[in-house]
Amino acid sequence: MRATRLLRWMAPTLLGVLFLAGWEWAVRAKEVPPFILPGPVLIAETLARDWSSLSVSLLITLQITFAALAVAASLGLLLAVLFAQSRVVEMSLFPYAVILQVTPIVAIAPLIIIWVDDVRAALLICAWIVAFFPILSNTTVGLNSTDRNLEDLFRLYGASRWQVLWRLKLPSAMPYFLAGLRISGGLALIGAIVAEFVAGTGGRASGLAYRILEAGYQLQIPRMFAALVLVSGTGIAIFLALSLLSHLLLRRWHESAQAGEPR
Amino acid sequence: MAKRYATGTLAVEGVDLDIARGDFLALLGPSGCGKSTLLRMIAGLIPASEGRLDFPADAAARRSIGFVFQEPTLMPWASALRNVALPLELAGTPRREAEARAAEMLARVELGGFEHAYPRALSGGMKMRVSIARALVTKPRLLLMDEPFAALDEITRFRLNADLLDLWRAERFTVIFVTHSVFESVFLAERIVVMAPRPGRILRELAVPAADRAVPEFRTSAIYAAHCREVSHALAEAMGGA
Repeated sequence: MRATRLLRWMAPTLLGVLFLAGWEWAVRAKEVPPFILPGPVLIAETLARDWSSLSVSLLITLQITFAALAVAASLGLLLAVLFAQSRVVEMSLFPYAVILQVTPIVAIAPLIIIWVDDVRAALLICAWIVAFFPILSNTTVGLNSTDRNLEDLFRLYGASRWQVLWRLKLPSAMPYFLAGLRISGGLALIGAIVAEFVAGTGGRASGLAYRILEAGYQLQIPRMFAALVLVSGTGIAIFLALSLLSHLLLRRWHESAQAGEPR
Repeated sequence: MAKRYATGTLAVEGVDLDIARGDFLALLGPSGCGKSTLLRMIAGLIPASEGRLDFPADAAARRSIGFVFQEPTLMPWASALRNVALPLELAGTPRREAEARAAEMLARVELGGFEHAYPRALSGGMKMRVSIARALVTKPRLLLMDEPFAALDEITRFRLNADLLDLWRAERFTVIFVTHSVFESVFLAERIVVMAPRPGRILRELAVPAADRAVPEFRTSAIYAAHCREVSHALAEAMGGA
């Protein structure tokens, strides 16, 4: 048991270290110029050197990501509850939620940026569109999969609609909602980055995507990689944080949290 | 009473039962004889297509029903205590009082000390005890049980049978117990109603007098075996008639 847990950390870490070492070695041995492919060491140095400007951009991207995630979570939950209360509402709105989901965000982001004056708000809307669907669809499934016998029991004791929702349906849907949230966390970041790319807003107050674009134009490839590392790192951190949240909330009762550590 | 589903299937036909307060009645029959349907009609979970249910006028009857399903049917996100307190809280009992009564009821089903355990941590038998405690916490006049012990192993089932009888003797609520086990029905019930399938109907009623049950080690006694044989014959008749 201990050995497998150790292996779970050791194996991917070792592979990563080997990969980075190989990369560094290849770059040095073949004398690849940094504007084609910088080595990991140079990227790390650039990240440290440019931290002051990159961290400002990171903060901006994070703000949009979390704002979008928060709106997606609350609106997705709210809409799912509405769907669970009324079949008519579900039948009329769900197809449009699907349309919103399948339309590529890159294609509609320019329109949103034209229509919405405030760039921050436009970015938020784009990130929200991408992040919103998994929460809505997962929570809807969760709300509809309550134990039928428990529903009968609530009926037998004359529970009100509100009591059924609050004490039965929402707790049943919780694992589904959290699974949706874990997917949406990463999607919100992707949505924010894509929208920033399309918007291409300059100036000091712009997000990580613009730093990547800007570095690309200026052929500062190490800086481009440094920003990319930050984006990936942020995505991983968001996923881990949401996994931990899910684990803490479900560990006492749900099978998915039974293994003893976040997955 | 009768029940016809929208599909045209006649699930239960011409059932006429007179149940007295404090009866322990078993509904026994093969699968598809409508015993669960009948129980759900009595609980008011599904409407009867024909006929009606009469409860004694003085009983606030509708509210005074406890129901135990075949599965424990517990809320996995709530502790044993919270599960048992649920019916009281749904009726508006303040949380503190509901939990105090729930704790008392858990002790009655020999689960004192497991108040804060989650269903996942409990064995099948213990979960069923929680389910029974939840059904009894409102002090119902009528306890409806739908093959509650069918999924348990025999040793656990025997113990729960005996404990259920003890509770019933102490409280004297009315029990309607659906089962497909001849041995369980003879061990538990004073009145055994044998049902036949397609359409579900009452075939015969047999009695196990309290005096017979008073013999020591009833489960292994000759009189128990005699009752079992009699009920088995009735059941065979029910199956043969189909």
